[in-house]
Amino acid sequence: MLFGEIMRNANVCSRFIALIAALTLLCATCPPPAHGESKLKIMTATTDLAALAQEVGGDKVEVESVARGYQDPHFVEAKPSFLLKLQHADLLIVVGLELEIGWLPPLITQSTNPKIQVGAPGYFDASRYARILEIPTGVVTRAEGDVHPLGNPHYWLDPENGLRIAKGIQNKLSEMRPNDAAYFAQRYDNFEQRIKQADEKWLAEMKPYAGRKIVTYHRSWPNFAEHFHLDVVGYVEPRPGIPPSPQHTVELIGLMKRDGVKVIAVEPYFDLKTPNAVARDTGAKVVVLMPSVGGEKETIDYFKLFDYDIAKLKQAFDATK
Amino acid sequence: MKRLFVLFLFILSAIAVHAQERPAVPEKSEKKEPEETRINALEEQVRALAEQVALLRGELKALRDAKSVEPRSADHILLVSSHVEPGTLPTPALIPAAAPEPLPAQIAQTQTYGGATSNAKLLNPDISLIGDFIGTAGRNTISPSRSLELHESEVGMQAIIDPYARADAFISFGETGVNVEEGYVTFTALPAGLLLKVGKMRAEFGKVNTIHNHALPFIDRPLVTNNLVGGEDGIDDAGISLSRFLPAPKNWFFQGTAQVYRGDSSDVFTANRRQDVSAVGHLRIYRDLGESTNIDLGASYARGHNTAGVGTTFNPDNFLTNLYGADATLRWKPLRRAIYHSFLFRTELFWSARDQLSAPTGGFFQTQHAFGLYSDAEYRVNRRWTVGGRFDRSGRATNASLTDTGFSSILTYWPSEFSQIRGQYRYGHLWDVLNDRFTNANEFLFQFLFVMGAHGAHPF
Repeated sequence: MLFGEIMRNANVCSRFIALIAALTLLCATCPPPAHGESKLKIMTATTDLAALAQEVGGDKVEVESVARGYQDPHFVEAKPSFLLKLQHADLLIVVGLELEIGWLPPLITQSTNPKIQVGAPGYFDASRYARILEIPTGVVTRAEGDVHPLGNPHYWLDPENGLRIAKGIQNKLSEMRPNDAAYFAQRYDNFEQRIKQADEKWLAEMKPYAGRKIVTYHRSWPNFAEHFHLDVVGYVEPRPGIPPSPQHTVELIGLMKRDGVKVIAVEPYFDLKTPNAVARDTGAKVVVLMPSVGGEKETIDYFKLFDYDIAKLKQAFDATK
Repeated sequence: MKRLFVLFLFILSAIAVHAQERPAVPEKSEKKEPEETRINALEEQVRALAEQVALLRGELKALRDAKSVEPRSADHILLVSSHVEPGTLPTPALIPAAAPEPLPAQIAQTQTYGGATSNAKLLNPDISLIGDFIGTAGRNTISPSRSLELHESEVGMQAIIDPYARADAFISFGETGVNVEEGYVTFTALPAGLLLKVGKMRAEFGKVNTIHNHALPFIDRPLVTNNLVGGEDGIDDAGISLSRFLPAPKNWFFQGTAQVYRGDSSDVFTANRRQDVSAVGHLRIYRDLGESTNIDLGASYARGHNTAGVGTTFNPDNFLTNLYGADATLRWKPLRRAIYHSFLFRTELFWSARDQLSAPTGGFFQTQHAFGLYSDAEYRVNRRWTVGGRFDRSGRATNASLTDTGFSSILTYWPSEFSQIRGQYRYGHLWDVLNDRFTNANEFLFQFLFVMGAHGAHPF
């Protein structure tokens, strides 16, 4: 009551202007916690981009990903705890192609960090450096499900794209820290050398399975399949983002039987009920592949991600010869 | 006058003669040779550039042909992955020896944030429409709604304005009129971590007040919203909002928001004079309890003038409404199965202190202290089904001794991310003003929601 009386007798407008001024003053006197100047703070949308940034940035950067490796990157909760991390980021690396449209824009806007706003120097869209597949060419409607009008955003699952993105990150880091440009160049060169060697090994390992037909749950693997010469002939989802329907499942079983498909690749965040049912009917094997670094404890970096997926695929192919 | 006209004609003739006498031709002939040489040189350059473009196009096409694949069939809009016949292993795709640069094709490709675009739409905002069709059956004599209605069609337009700001506008088309639900610009590049919003917006008063109809976990709004916080539109006004993250212990998130509005929000606040602005303050406290679980707490305060003193012998400026709110939300969403299972429990408490006269015709000045709350829980059973329930209890702002009570059970089905079908059974024990007694309401509501276009995500 006393408060109400006081407010009643006061000039309301001037009081609230004073309140806002006080808040501004409070803000000015409480700057964000100081953070190390020596390391660039990088936030990434996914763990794969974090792994690539770490490869190039080495100990000159601190990298953290918003999404976890075992999380569906389409559906990440825009939790306020991410805001605190984004607030202090020098660089934000995103997958782009609307993969994060459901959660990243509000985080960027609310981060109060001008450096990482869209178009700012600290905003880095990795898709601009990668080769993108499945760019729709016809009329795009939601009748096709949750299509990405700018192309398939799961492009990091191709070592060549990984290298391209790493090059882009190297350029960006060199631009932000010119004094460390030689360091980033050396890190990139080292990464390039290792990824080429690894890719030769991976291609050799997958060579016996070239042209093998597989079914995947979601359209997460076009770049991977193209690089390793696999043939994705169907999907557990009837359309991207649409849960499996009984009719589609029956059609898929028919397709797999007709084409002799024996492997169903599933991302770790999808339910195995339908893939297992299809596998039972077709004699196929369900294999859970990791689309992202950190999806399993073994997949600690970009190299281990491909090691893991290729090993799992080989096991599945060998088991269904 | 005649002399002036003659003089004017003479001057014109002199100018014409002078112009004819100018040695234009010889001058042109003098300049012709260097100009022709320059044009020839430019033509040569254009030819050379055209050849280079053709060469580059050819190389690009060759590269694309080597990598790209044809659609599996004409009826497939999207390309499926590469098709390689068994035993015909293509040449291994070697990683280019030279350091890869951003792909020209990708750079040239139109890319804007948050929506499908073509060059023609390059600078257009993301545009969406959300249709909200509601049907009601059953008995409710207190606040009956129509049997079938396109309750709302919300058009959203969202865009980045410039390097310093973005704007969001949500225009709601109802069956009886149009309303700018929200339309504000957000300044994202302010110093000291400040976030400034200017325009018409839903006030940061609790949780449910900030949520658009289509994003609610129920079809209607809680009783307490209708009784104490302005009904469906809630505190939604033109004003200025300033917020900032506040210093907090480790792993905690504190955010403070101060807002000042014109003072016209449904029937909650009414500005009788220009200086009768309303104000809203909100403190948000958030913490992750684990990877999958988090808790979100809030405290809100709002004040503004009301209409109780208008037309009386009292000074209308002395009639204020003070609102206090507290909210708590517990969320659980396992990351590996986020699209299949989640749980949310939320409760909001509201206190209203409304200055008014003891009787409509006069009486004495008094402050009605009313209290209301709602609690709701929802559980995602699988990818398509969600079940939920809500408990309501609220006094009335103008007569706190009259307390309405209700509960609802809700079932939601999601054919896809872009459509939603929901059913809600609603029971209400509501005060009947006309008959001076409580009466029961039993209703079944159903709702169809559909989304067109790119509707940007709402804040968490």
